[in-house]
Amino acid sequence: MPRYMLLIDGVKREVDADADMPLLYALRGELAHKGPKFGCGLAQCGACTIILDGTATRSCVLPISAVGAAKIRTLDGLGTAGKPHPVQAAFIAEEAAQCGYCTNGWVMTTAAALEKNPHVTDDEIRTMLTGLKCRCGTHMSIMRAVRRAADAMVRATADTTLFTDATREA
Amino acid sequence: MSHANDITSVPGRRRFLQRSASLVFALGNTGMLSLLTLTAADAQTLAMAPRAIGPNSLDSWLAFDTAGNITAFFGKMDMGQGVDTAIAQVVAEELDVEVAQVSVVMGDTHRTPNQGGASGSSGCRQGAVALRNAAAEARRVLVARASDKLGVAADQLVVSNGLVQVQRDPRRAVSYRELIKEGFATELDWNKRYGNALVVSGSAKPKAPADYKVVGTAVPRKDITGKVMATTEYCHHVTLPGMVHGRTIRPPVANAVPVSVDESSIKAYPDARVVRKGDFIAVVANTEWHAIKAARELKVTWSATTAPFPPQQKLFDYIRNTPAASDSSKGGFGGTPYDTAPVLAAINRASKRVEAEYEVPFQSHARMGPSVGVADVKSDAALIYSDTQKPHDQRDGLAKFLGLPPDKVRVIWKPGPGSYGRSDADEAVFEAALLSQLLGVPVRVQWMRHEGHGWDPKAPACVIACKAGLEASGNINGWYFHAKGFSGWDVYFNAADPRDTLVGQLTGLVKADAHNFGAPVESYAFPNSVKFWETVPTFLAKASPLRSSHMRAPQEPQVHFAHESFIDEVAHAAGNDPIALRLKHLHDPREIAVLEAVAKLANWQPRTGKEPKPTGNVLKGRGVSLCSTFGGYVATVVEVEVARDTGRIWPRRIFVAHDCGLIINPQALRTTIEGNVVQGLSRTLHEEVKFDESNVLSVDWLSYPILDIKDAPETIEIVTLNRPDQPAGGAGEPSHVTIPAAVANAVFDATGVRVRRLPLKLPKLA
Repeated sequence: MPRYMLLIDGVKREVDADADMPLLYALRGELAHKGPKFGCGLAQCGACTIILDGTATRSCVLPISAVGAAKIRTLDGLGTAGKPHPVQAAFIAEEAAQCGYCTNGWVMTTAAALEKNPHVTDDEIRTMLTGLKCRCGTHMSIMRAVRRAADAMVRATADTTLFTDATREA
Repeated sequence: MSHANDITSVPGRRRFLQRSASLVFALGNTGMLSLLTLTAADAQTLAMAPRAIGPNSLDSWLAFDTAGNITAFFGKMDMGQGVDTAIAQVVAEELDVEVAQVSVVMGDTHRTPNQGGASGSSGCRQGAVALRNAAAEARRVLVARASDKLGVAADQLVVSNGLVQVQRDPRRAVSYRELIKEGFATELDWNKRYGNALVVSGSAKPKAPADYKVVGTAVPRKDITGKVMATTEYCHHVTLPGMVHGRTIRPPVANAVPVSVDESSIKAYPDARVVRKGDFIAVVANTEWHAIKAARELKVTWSATTAPFPPQQKLFDYIRNTPAASDSSKGGFGGTPYDTAPVLAAINRASKRVEAEYEVPFQSHARMGPSVGVADVKSDAALIYSDTQKPHDQRDGLAKFLGLPPDKVRVIWKPGPGSYGRSDADEAVFEAALLSQLLGVPVRVQWMRHEGHGWDPKAPACVIACKAGLEASGNINGWYFHAKGFSGWDVYFNAADPRDTLVGQLTGLVKADAHNFGAPVESYAFPNSVKFWETVPTFLAKASPLRSSHMRAPQEPQVHFAHESFIDEVAHAAGNDPIALRLKHLHDPREIAVLEAVAKLANWQPRTGKEPKPTGNVLKGRGVSLCSTFGGYVATVVEVEVARDTGRIWPRRIFVAHDCGLIINPQALRTTIEGNVVQGLSRTLHEEVKFDESNVLSVDWLSYPILDIKDAPETIEIVTLNRPDQPAGGAGEPSHVTIPAAVANAVFDATGVRVRRLPLKLPKLA
């Protein structure tokens, strides 16, 4: 069984795995991450989303052997209790979750998108999040949270303290 | 429920105490633990320790530690609507402590009384009452102790943030932290019921709502931060030492059984093996990925069978033409006699008759994550992790399945991917328990996506026939409502019996023959009215992927889709405004109030069917619907836009008037209503289980679409009618029920096309 070196949330981790094993199973299993979740295994729901070199990526269909040296960010490392990512802070402020099983997908997809461009209209928010599933129907509070996060990130564009190097580069 | 006394496991707790000699405890008369010093690890151990849970003991409900922290033990669970926060508010209110001091333990069969789990929007409506009364009694006991200690009459004492003070001399004070040192020896009056109906009370009178300081405020939900910061431990995260991973094998044709299994087909995975009992087959492996791959690659020869299902296009004809298996005079929660003859005679005498039939397909619970269970079954005891809605019932079912006494089975509930009824949540748990018993090691079973959609119990399909007679004056002279569908109890609403699980049926248990459907209960006083239901036999009596069960407000979205659509049809036929017609026949002031409130909120303009024909590509329309159920009263107006060129229906603006009595947390209520509405829109516009003669074809999110964010409404405006003088009612379901008819009525208003089948679809319009 080959060994893979992964760079996750700024930390090097080694995992023994079959080459075809999706990254999700390493994160959920041996690495005991609680953010990315198994929802479908088919890249249809987004519950497993990570940010791979800056792009929201469905880890349930990404073979671990295809990750290479790419930088992985997970919800577990996105922010801290003392310094949540602005998207996390907005989801908390708007109480934008019910069961919370899908929350990982919405937060990570939003974080990746808004870090590239926080200047989004309400219609663009719907477009950038289309395809993500939420069974509890929290879409309205999610849209409020993403609006709040985008506004906060626009206001903070010049304020480099909002993003640590770790959250930006990890 | 014969296990009443089995769960009062004081001996188990004593054993724990002996093992925990390093902790320093002060024991009260009933063995109440008051912790003097505690490390974090000790606290973790204690948090999992069995405890006495006789409902008549005050310390079954509340534990205080000497640091001022309070734990409430709640025999129901939060499914994401903030019920645990509401419980903490209620407890904090009665005790006069900060909400942050109160933590809530939910749904652990060895630690929480059996309050029936998540069920019928009962978390606040019923579940909170026991905690409120227990907390009020705890306050009374503690204040009485303070009275002794301070030498001041109890009615001269006030409590603030856990500090009991002399009202006229606040410097004279003693805290709960000191007063709790002797524990509680207090008995509560208990109505000797378990489940939703469990009630306890002490001699203390709970606070008057006018005195509430915490109840009724938007306390932030306790669960949110953990979910957003990825610290919440879901059932899916639970691992046990030495655990193996299981995956189940499903037949390609629903009623096929395994004839032979070629174990050599998975020899590429040396850690994987096949486990078979009866017609149940699973693969277990040391790693999850190997279990998945081995299950995928295992070669099984299945029996040849005849087609278990009709073609889907015959579904509604099957329901119409098949003799009823049961009806509302016999089934459900007690029978309700009915006689259709005088009603039909009256309608036949009418000068104008209105008749319509409505059709609702099977719908899937389709949880975000498919079923999961972790089980460690030993010869004399079992430890189970589950996200079931009803852990105490599941415990009883597992005990029967495993041949263990109920008090030797401990089910620990952990959060899961939502739950809105009898979903697949119980299934993998029973499968993991069987595998663990057979293998002698802890087993985690998680279903794959195709099972979560394809093999979960389904909301029952139905055909509903409505008839009404109109006199020449336009008055209604008869009202007939007949729902006929698959049974809501084809899979019973709890897992207290293993025959109600797939693995139970695959290993030889015979499915129960239980029947229930439903009819609307609003206070419309139509003359000569009859409302009744019938059920039809399930297609396949053993381990069917189309077995039917409760799903959010069981059968009510179906029956209210029909009934509230039909009232609109009658209003249109009579040339009446649909709100005016409803108000004319309603008698319950709370139903009238929400209907009037939503009309005001939406600035409703009366409709009589004589409005000018709309022009342009985008047609706009509005529809209304009413529901009262589970102690909640809701009226909803939906405004839709229909695009002529595509037939797309967009529910753009939603208006909800909501009365669930006393509001405990207005913000959690608001988001709960939004979720009800959006899930309701999804079921109304998108959801239908597809099947062919062999099996269910809806096996993922492509073959079972739900509402996407691009189709979410622009606004959901909510007015809540707070009624502190009324008990807290249910909010987890009533607003959901109003959605299908409100959308259908709006589509009719926009287009003149009456759609009587869910999910609502329109062709391109000329």
